Amino acid sequence: MISEKRIALKNAGKYNPENINNYLSTGGYKNVKKAYKLNPSEIIDLLIDSKLRGRGGAGFPTGLKEKFTNESVCNRCIQKYIVCNADEGEPGTFKDRVIMEQDPHVLIEGMLIAAYAIGATKGFIYIRGEYTDSIKIVRNALEQAYQNGLLGKNIFESGFDLDLEIKLGAGSYLCGEELTLLESLEGKRGYPRIKPPFPAEKGLFGMPTLINNVETFAHIPYIIEYGAEHYKSIGTANTPGTKIFTISGDVNKPGYYETALGVTLRQLIRDLAGGVKNNKKIKAVLIGGAAGTFVDESVMETPIGFDTLKEKGAVLGSGAIMVMSEERSLFDMLHSILEFFKHESCGKCVPCRIGTSQLLLIMSDSKKTVSERKTILEKLLYEAEYMAKSSLCPLGQSPIIPIRSINQFFNDQF
Amino acid sequence: MDNKLLIKTFEPRKENMLNILHVLQNNNPQNFLTSDDIKLVANYLNITYSSVYGVAKYYTMFSLKPRGKYVIRVCKSPMCHMIGNKEILQEIENSLEIKPGETSPDKLFSVEETECLGRCAKSPVLMINDKTFTALDKEKIKNILQTIRFDEQNIK
Repeated sequence: MISEKRIALKNAGKYNPENINNYLSTGGYKNVKKAYKLNPSEIIDLLIDSKLRGRGGAGFPTGLKEKFTNESVCNRCIQKYIVCNADEGEPGTFKDRVIMEQDPHVLIEGMLIAAYAIGATKGFIYIRGEYTDSIKIVRNALEQAYQNGLLGKNIFESGFDLDLEIKLGAGSYLCGEELTLLESLEGKRGYPRIKPPFPAEKGLFGMPTLINNVETFAHIPYIIEYGAEHYKSIGTANTPGTKIFTISGDVNKPGYYETALGVTLRQLIRDLAGGVKNNKKIKAVLIGGAAGTFVDESVMETPIGFDTLKEKGAVLGSGAIMVMSEERSLFDMLHSILEFFKHESCGKCVPCRIGTSQLLLIMSDSKKTVSERKTILEKLLYEAEYMAKSSLCPLGQSPIIPIRSINQFFNDQF
Repeated sequence: MDNKLLIKTFEPRKENMLNILHVLQNNNPQNFLTSDDIKLVANYLNITYSSVYGVAKYYTMFSLKPRGKYVIRVCKSPMCHMIGNKEILQEIENSLEIKPGETSPDKLFSVEETECLGRCAKSPVLMINDKTFTALDKEKIKNILQTIRFDEQNIK
């Protein structure tokens, strides 16, 4: 039996998120104070050494991102920005919501430390508009942090200033992609930008910008407190630390569970999520959300990490785990995913705008025999492949991910 | 509060546009942005009408046509779909006699379909204005709608 190991959710449920005094009395913000006694470069080295990787889905080394933003200089760069990506829209994912609703201060702490490390004095938390509770709680937490001198000027008498502000999304999945999020933050339509330049070089308003996911920021105070060696002792060699998995579907105890990486799907489903409902068999597990992969038994014993899953043809993504029991239909589930992509395509690039509709059209032709469905799968692969090659942003590059996984793991059961 | 006063609570910078549009829309009893609202924002931010309109039109949470006092957003994402959002939507359609995208004749309800609301462990889910309702079944949604109707009659 495995059990939970909590880093991002360490304080969740242990204090009243609406009352900062409650948090301060249990040692809240002490890690920020500790970090502000270090040099920015020491913090960056610590994060690089810890091998913390972005928890939003891409798994890019957080320390390196901070290093690039810190070192980014240009003549017109009068301001650096720090941005928190709280536009959580990947289907099956709700880890950021849980952090914001139960421990908003760990997010502020993480941003305070990262902002100091890169020299950003202005920051934004971009929360999706549908997360009304998160917005309320984080807004209140920011106000209370200001009242206690933990935001604003000369924080902990370090001479360092930081202002944080909440910005709302308004129902666009694509704005969860970092460059699109920056466009939206500037008050524009959520259209993706061409990459490079990366945000570290040219981000918000053309200035160097560090943008991290909520869960990533929530790991930083812990690393400051316990050090890189301790952090690396948790999880796997390539992906140290913990991950919040949000498990839904046909399990007895769906919910959020934070465990050390290196855990297997079998352990997560059996030990934490209480096993499959009504003792049914598992048909497939969709891991990583809509831009995720359907996997079968052969991946159930793989220690989960960004690279280990990749080797098997699967993705970790945001950590969403959707369990489908034997009576569920893969065809139906894929159809729902493709509807999602069609709805969320912004329409900027032709291959994605037309491609997402085209994929649905192919599926609407849902003939029942196995051989006919195989032809459908082949057509889907063909279309999605060239969409991936010719679309600008991750949305157009995503439909191929679940389709390819069905081809790999469920070729004869589709 | 009057929209002209409301908008002054924001600094007149373009990056505040989404926050402003949310506030104006929430201030409208019919949950939508009027062309006067768009004009007001354009003037306030000193940008063109079309650039405000383009933003309002892009984001699915904003509406440019009148909606009901209660906007029901039914999650249709893969997990809610698998667990059974169709049944919930059917019940709403039967009870209110409207389809997604429509508003009831008494202007009380609008129904929309939305992507993942991030409550997947308690599917199926929906939002009514800023409240989320989880682990729904036919009975539950019936009661929710009845309660709203009952409250509305009492207000009258």
